[in-house]
Amino acid sequence: MDAFLTQYIDAYYLRILVLIGINLILALGLNLTTGVTGQLSMGHAGFMSIGAYTAAIMSVHLGVPFWIALLGGASMAALFGFIIGIPTLRLEGDYLAMVTIGFAEIIRVFFLNFEPGGKAVGFSGIPASTTFSTVWILVIVVIFLNARLLNSRTGRALYAIREDEIAAESAGINTTRLKVLAFTLGAFLGGLGGGLYAHYMSYINPQDFGFMKSIEILNMVVLGGMGSIPGTAIGTVILTLAPELLRVVADYRLLFYGALLVILMIFRPNGLLGDVRVYDIKKRLGRKEVKSCQS
Amino acid sequence: MSILTMKKITQEFGGLRALHDVDLQVGEKQIFGIIGPNGAGKTTLFNLVTGMYVPTAGELLFKGQRLNQMPPYNIARLGIGRTFQNIRLFDKLSVIDNVKVGSYAVTRTGFIQNMLGLPRSRREEHWMAENAHELLQMMGLEDKKDEYAASLAYGEQRRLEIARALALKPALLLLDEPAAGMTPAEKEELMVLIRKIREEMSLTILLVEHDMNLVMNICDKIAVLNYGRKIAEGSPDEVKNNQQVIQSYLGVGA
Amino acid sequence: MFWAQLINGLTLGSTYALIALGYTMVYGIIQLINFAHGEIYMFGAFVGLYLVTAAGVNIFIALLGAMLFCMLLGIVVEKVAYRPLRGKSSRLSALISAIGVSIFLSTLMALLRGTNTTRYPEIITRHTYHLGSVDVSSLQIIILVVSALLMLGLQLMIQKTRIGKAMRACSEDLDASYLMGINVNRIISFTFAIGSALAAAGGVMVGLYYNAVWPYMGTMAGLKAFAAAVLGGIGSVPGAMVGGLSLGVMEILGVAYLSSSYKDAIAFAVLILVLIVRPQGIMGKKISKKV
Repeated sequence: MDAFLTQYIDAYYLRILVLIGINLILALGLNLTTGVTGQLSMGHAGFMSIGAYTAAIMSVHLGVPFWIALLGGASMAALFGFIIGIPTLRLEGDYLAMVTIGFAEIIRVFFLNFEPGGKAVGFSGIPASTTFSTVWILVIVVIFLNARLLNSRTGRALYAIREDEIAAESAGINTTRLKVLAFTLGAFLGGLGGGLYAHYMSYINPQDFGFMKSIEILNMVVLGGMGSIPGTAIGTVILTLAPELLRVVADYRLLFYGALLVILMIFRPNGLLGDVRVYDIKKRLGRKEVKSCQS
Repeated sequence: MSILTMKKITQEFGGLRALHDVDLQVGEKQIFGIIGPNGAGKTTLFNLVTGMYVPTAGELLFKGQRLNQMPPYNIARLGIGRTFQNIRLFDKLSVIDNVKVGSYAVTRTGFIQNMLGLPRSRREEHWMAENAHELLQMMGLEDKKDEYAASLAYGEQRRLEIARALALKPALLLLDEPAAGMTPAEKEELMVLIRKIREEMSLTILLVEHDMNLVMNICDKIAVLNYGRKIAEGSPDEVKNNQQVIQSYLGVGA
Repeated sequence: MFWAQLINGLTLGSTYALIALGYTMVYGIIQLINFAHGEIYMFGAFVGLYLVTAAGVNIFIALLGAMLFCMLLGIVVEKVAYRPLRGKSSRLSALISAIGVSIFLSTLMALLRGTNTTRYPEIITRHTYHLGSVDVSSLQIIILVVSALLMLGLQLMIQKTRIGKAMRACSEDLDASYLMGINVNRIISFTFAIGSALAAAGGVMVGLYYNAVWPYMGTMAGLKAFAAAVLGGIGSVPGAMVGGLSLGVMEILGVAYLSSSYKDAIAFAVLILVLIVRPQGIMGKKISKKV
């Protein structure tokens, strides 16, 4: 499929599309935890790295087929999400954020000292099994399942937790259990993205998964509007393209990025799309249809 | 038959004793009112019943089952719904979604069934939507079902909170100052609504209120709290004429 | 050996404490984790360096200069990036804005000075003093003394002056303070200014102690100082001091007795443990939620 595509699309753009896809999966995971359920996680890159290294080791050292390695990486990340989630999700917003930062840093230092992962030198020679179709098929599946989840009983409960935990409890929602669930699912997707990343770049390094990476993904979730799938998608596309577009200004790239974040927060603190959800768009489309019928 | 029983309930926060040896029995299908000056312990009582606090001493029984130390979500699932003194709606959710969340306690499908859209999940969704529609109609909010809850007028928000609490099909409904901030006309409507809910949904209502007109008019029985103690209990007439109550709270000519 | 490490730990810890104070004061007053604070510390180090090398000034004057510069920087940052968001939007937006500032400032310095490490010149001739079996360098003494003086000065100001009282009021209840006639904006600016000045002092001293500064030094130091503030109890000034010193000692002892490759992880392990076991930190108060 990729070979077919490269005939029509320049390899550079193909690469960007793949990266957007991977980032989408990462961002949708974080969106579940932070955007929907309101649990601020600033260590998502930690799950990404667990997924990446686990999948890479399974592929390279254990000779496991690609899809199984991906699943293994994602599951390992989910396991860690679960283990970390249980004691920490009863903490208040800011405290939870602090823990996630700490956790991601510890993971990073761990991998810097992790022999089978190549320590600081990194892990190279990972088979480049991730293709455009791999990524985008997964993206479609993830979006589909996500949308289903968010429009269901469980999804509404997650939103309720974000809005008002006390009221949510009084409606029969076991908030701790669902927070751990959202955290674990988010970690799973983070690990999945990590595994895809590892098998695309063929080389990973603990520095790829530092605090800045967590922030980049968080920005994607926040920029478009927290909790909504279209919002996360827009945020991801914009923030994946931005560094590429800003290549023009090369060295000043990060300067603009930093300033951009500040400006965006000041003018659109609720993200570009606010809280638009799929049914809002449908409703607006619906209205337009009615209007045209009347004329 | 008493649906809610409190035996010698004492609640302490650090050095502060908010409730002292309170005995209470709420009978089935009663509209039971709790009144008293601010700080008397009324909301503390509510929070105890809904599991927000663990009683320092005493027993809390709902339909014979002990509620002490049960987490709030379990208590809700047993069939106790509540509204809050300061409205706690899910602001960024739609009106109908707010009500649907209320029925979480009486539905069972898990996240995997939800994600995969299995038939059981879809049936529950259907049921939740119907349930929500009915309740919204009862509250007169049907036409605003897709609006954000935060955009509703104050009185409408209060009604929405009640709808949400009713969505879990409670046997006991706790209303925390439901008339606060309402105009006299709205309060009249509220009284009609409360009576209607009790009739149509066959449930017991426990309410905390400051508006004496409302309380005296709709309550079957009233308990009066002062400084964490129950100082009187009885029918509206009995309470109205109780000397201690008049002295500490109502004033002469109530 | 242990005592030597203890002194090392306290020296490092003092610098953490100076940075942590800024975090804790800002969090206490507007509940913001000021991610840009680490960069202020970094700027302090560089300004101090510049003043000593290019302007040829005495180290203590350079220290003051750095503190002054960073006071202004802190005030500007608050006014531009945080004030517009106050009260209007979620805390998350303010956090992201802070991150934006952090990225901006560190990149700015990287552009100005390159990403490589610059050496701090040997300004203070190092004498070594022998106290019993332990060797203490003059530099360590200077750092400990200066830090102690600054922290003492801060405590005195907060407890004994009028503006200190206003600061305490604001951190208890911002709205009530406003209604009481306190110029809340001014107090917030002042808080940022003081916190930044202390961080700048920390930066200069770290530069002297480790002989090195680089544009991204603020990130790790910032995160660790933040961990220290949480350890001591976020929002508590004495807590930040205790937390900073403790963390410095734990880190040095951890490296000496456990493992040096996990040095950076120690701070975060401590952070996580504290949050799980006692989230309010060593000196914080437990706040229960009102329903």
